[in-house]
Amino acid sequence: MNHDIQENLNAELLRFSTAGSVDDGKSTLIGRLLYDSKSIFQDQYDAIEVSSRKRGEQEVNLALLTDGLKAEREQGITIDVAYRYFSTPKRKFIIADTPGHIQYTRNMVTGASTSNVSLILVDARNGVIEQTKRHSIISSLLQIPHLVVCINKMDLVDYSEEAYEQVKAQYLEFSRELAVKDITFIPISALKGDNIVTPSEFMPWYTGTTLMDYLENLEISRDRNFQDVRFPVQHVIRPNTDEFHDFRGYAGRVAGGVLRKGDDVTVLPSGHTSKIAKIHLYDQEIEETFPPMSVTIELEDDIDISRGDMIVKTEFLPTTSQDLELMICWFDQNSPLSYGTKYTILHTTKEARCVVKSIDYKLNVNDLSKDLENKVINMNDIAKITIKTTKPLVSDHYSKNRITGSVIIIDEGTNNTVAAGMII
Amino acid sequence: MEYRIDYLRELESESIFIMREVAAQFENPVILFSGGKDSILLTYLAIKAFYPSKVPFPLLHVDTGHNFQETIDYRDWLVETYGLNLKVGYVQEAIDKGYVKEEKGYNASRNYLQTYTLLDELEKGKYDAALGGGRRDEEKARAKERFFSHRDEFGQWDPKNQRPELWNLFNGKKHYGEHFRVFPISNWTELDVWLYFELEKFPLPNLYFAHERQVFERDGMLLADCDFIVKKPSEEVYTETIRCRTIGDMTCTGVWKSNAVTIQEIIAEVATSRMTERGGRADDKRSESAMEDRKRQGYF
Repeated sequence: MNHDIQENLNAELLRFSTAGSVDDGKSTLIGRLLYDSKSIFQDQYDAIEVSSRKRGEQEVNLALLTDGLKAEREQGITIDVAYRYFSTPKRKFIIADTPGHIQYTRNMVTGASTSNVSLILVDARNGVIEQTKRHSIISSLLQIPHLVVCINKMDLVDYSEEAYEQVKAQYLEFSRELAVKDITFIPISALKGDNIVTPSEFMPWYTGTTLMDYLENLEISRDRNFQDVRFPVQHVIRPNTDEFHDFRGYAGRVAGGVLRKGDDVTVLPSGHTSKIAKIHLYDQEIEETFPPMSVTIELEDDIDISRGDMIVKTEFLPTTSQDLELMICWFDQNSPLSYGTKYTILHTTKEARCVVKSIDYKLNVNDLSKDLENKVINMNDIAKITIKTTKPLVSDHYSKNRITGSVIIIDEGTNNTVAAGMII
Repeated sequence: MEYRIDYLRELESESIFIMREVAAQFENPVILFSGGKDSILLTYLAIKAFYPSKVPFPLLHVDTGHNFQETIDYRDWLVETYGLNLKVGYVQEAIDKGYVKEEKGYNASRNYLQTYTLLDELEKGKYDAALGGGRRDEEKARAKERFFSHRDEFGQWDPKNQRPELWNLFNGKKHYGEHFRVFPISNWTELDVWLYFELEKFPLPNLYFAHERQVFERDGMLLADCDFIVKKPSEEVYTETIRCRTIGDMTCTGVWKSNAVTIQEIIAEVATSRMTERGGRADDKRSESAMEDRKRQGYF
């Protein structure tokens, strides 16, 4: 690890998600990434060594590093998303490690929602299986910009190019219908360390990058939308002190586009217009701001703006509507999605209520087929629905902007988050 | 023209976003302030998030009575400089009133008793959100913690039934009597915290930097000698150049041999260290799931 502070300060953040069960080698892969980037500490290693021995296992079980809850360790399964961190001089990585079983689809959706990259593991011996498909379909639905298929356990197929090509062809055949733009294949052995950090000496036929190389060098800054200006107002700052008597700042995190001092802006849904007077970053004044910065904006005119309003540029306007079409993943274990029930809906910094007008179809996450007959939406189901909201929402298609295109739905009785929705 | 910010600025921006959500979604939030670097970072980010307004949340310090004096001095400086509103809950008071019982013996610590005072203060202050400096890289149970962590009316955490957290959408809805723990710096690692302080040149308590102190060894750990710990006859006190990697109660904060007197030297040390910072915390060593068990009961 390089300790040069300046290098560390210039590093970029990359979030990736992995899904799968213990047997496909996911935990071993994560263990290896952490171990090879020297992110496992001695006491952590000692602790899992002791636990492994207690469980009567011969070798140190790296899966124990990622399974944090008592119930998970007892049952040897992953229930919830666990976040792991490692860094190299070039990048800091956040891994959202999610369970792959069908009963945890909701956790997979949670982990994938903020990812730049989805890492999919395929056992070279088994090829594309149901879980591979489900994970890929969810990555595609959530529009994760980059997908990397790691064809693992190459050591068990004699590092054969033919075996690799066969799985790759199988995957490409299946993935034709997915919306993922960028797919990369890497033959690896997580256990032996082939093509993880160092190129494998057993696969001279493979001329692509190692996994670490891919993760370190992948271009991600263009994945954000820098064209359509979106600034959801999160909080209004009014100090009311002598020094800042007339200060009225709109605090928020830029969701899209580049805002500059002097820009003409429109506030939605009211439609009032003004100009950006100043952009503040703590006690500094800056000239421009873009995603994902949290800033405070002052406008030239004193207009009525509150939390939930959106500041946009006068060109490339978003949609303002009370009727929305959503792809949702249903989370509630107690009751199915219901017509007529009023739910709370959160979108950017705005809160409203909504009712379901129609359930259009249920999506089969194993083969992408649409079920128009059975429209009972239970936990982990993915469906297309149409809703009406009590207030107009200022939104974009999810494919255009993951922040202004996403919602969560909350049950008003239990206060639980019962669905994740993407505006289509 | 490429638009990008480095990762520390992205983490900062994410934490500030969370702070502002707390201000918008809750009526009466509070920052839990321990005097350690993570709660200092939290306070500093809150100052940034609402500037030029004052931080809209009070700071709550649960005082075990077994503090390093440097912690109290620093706390008072911070409060004075940034015009913060400080509330203090005393563990001693709970002991005097007989609500909790002081542990006895060599390993006696008030660390467990803190939970009572914390929950009591949260209830008395009618706080509906308590912001803490917990980080997911600290400990395995924390790796599963949400930014907005729901607690029932007994302050308990139910790790198997956490609300999913998606995109930038945080659900802070609750029933009467329930509250939230919020962890704005979840995604920071120990190294990130140090790099950020170096970048920002923000002052920290002297305890974090190498200094000479009277210490003794116990279970392979160094502890600072003080009146609050009963020493075994075999435990000899000697002078050593040390620093703290975490700061808690004196009875359970291990100190480390170190010559690092600047943040840069600390960063070099952290980056090459083979032990996690909580490796020096006696309170985590009681069992494999010590942290998860305490968290379920309402510990931070």
